[in-house]
Amino acid sequence: MRIAIASGKGGTGKTTVAVNLYYQLSKYLENQVQLIDCDVEEPNDLLFIPKAEKSNTNKVYSLVPKIDREKCTFCKKCSEWCEFNAISIVKNLKFAEVNKDLCHSCGACSVACNFDAISEYQNPIGTISEYTTTFGSGVIEGRLEIGSSMQTSLIRALKKQTNNPEMLQLLDAPPGTSCPVVETVSGAAYVILVTEPTPFGEYDLMLTVELLNDLKIPFGVIVNKAGLGNHSVYEFLNKNKIELIGEIPFSKEFAVNYSRGALLDQISEEMEIFYQSTAERLLELTGIRKLNN
Amino acid sequence: MKTIITSKGNDLQSVFDPKFGRAGWFCVYDNETRSTHFIENSFKNVNGGAGTKTSEMAAELGAAQVISGDFGPKARTMLEKFKIQMIILEEEGQSVQKIIDKINKD
Repeated sequence: MRIAIASGKGGTGKTTVAVNLYYQLSKYLENQVQLIDCDVEEPNDLLFIPKAEKSNTNKVYSLVPKIDREKCTFCKKCSEWCEFNAISIVKNLKFAEVNKDLCHSCGACSVACNFDAISEYQNPIGTISEYTTTFGSGVIEGRLEIGSSMQTSLIRALKKQTNNPEMLQLLDAPPGTSCPVVETVSGAAYVILVTEPTPFGEYDLMLTVELLNDLKIPFGVIVNKAGLGNHSVYEFLNKNKIELIGEIPFSKEFAVNYSRGALLDQISEEMEIFYQSTAERLLELTGIRKLNN
Repeated sequence: MKTIITSKGNDLQSVFDPKFGRAGWFCVYDNETRSTHFIENSFKNVNGGAGTKTSEMAAELGAAQVISGDFGPKARTMLEKFKIQMIILEEEGQSVQKIIDKINKD
């Protein structure tokens, strides 16, 4: 079972919540929980987990077409079939090229070509690394190749490689509401949306709520940095009958610990209680608790 | 020699379009015959690859230079490959006719 932690706005506390829940849920589920860092452009979960050790790493590739200019007749059929404007053909210059940053590896051009001029090669898009940790069943991190724009493909590969219905998996999503987020939350049993009580937090939360309603995925909200900003976000939750899982009060001390990477070093009693009750609520919501009892 | 001038409309009185990949129209001016014709940019509203495809269009039209307000990174790369000269015009609001008059004066 998968639970995703997402937010429209960046910097609301996805990583904080994901890492803490991984820690707390490990206690409840006899370590049968994994943390999967799907924020492949800037994976940072591991920064906060002491003594994590890399146990495996593998590269992920996408197939990108290459055009053989000797065989190409410059008929433009492949270019017309390409939905993503990735192929440029100029007959009078004998020019035929694929822009790998625009290519989505759909393979349509290879099918379109009647002259066997297109072959596909492996283009590296990132790595997937597995880490063992002193609690839980490990962290698996996707890390995008610098310069690549194939986030969604890498997240898809990461989900495929880690697929294990027996295990509770926490997916730390990238910020926003675009394709990489849709890919991360698709198939999740539940989504935790982390927001902050500011106009930016509220606006981006609204977008994410719309997305999850479209995808028909159940979700609840954690308000982080409570005490800042205003009450507008709570009114939005009330009006739309969205569950408020809990609130994390704004604390400068907490921010200092975060910036030192010491998220799990000194968990205050207040935080311990908050994450324990959140973990219990999640087990209840997703039906895991009932299954185990 | 053919010069492409990006234009917001399809006649000489139209205002110069400062965008290249997402320009409304291309005015193709031939300085030998002093003739012009306008081609609509079918890529102006695509999700991605506008710069790449409009550069390809410029190459197919046989242009030696393009006059626009700016060129994105993909367009720059392609136009360099096609050896098409990029001319950036910062002054906005002029008509295409006025730009052609300037070319003829030089």
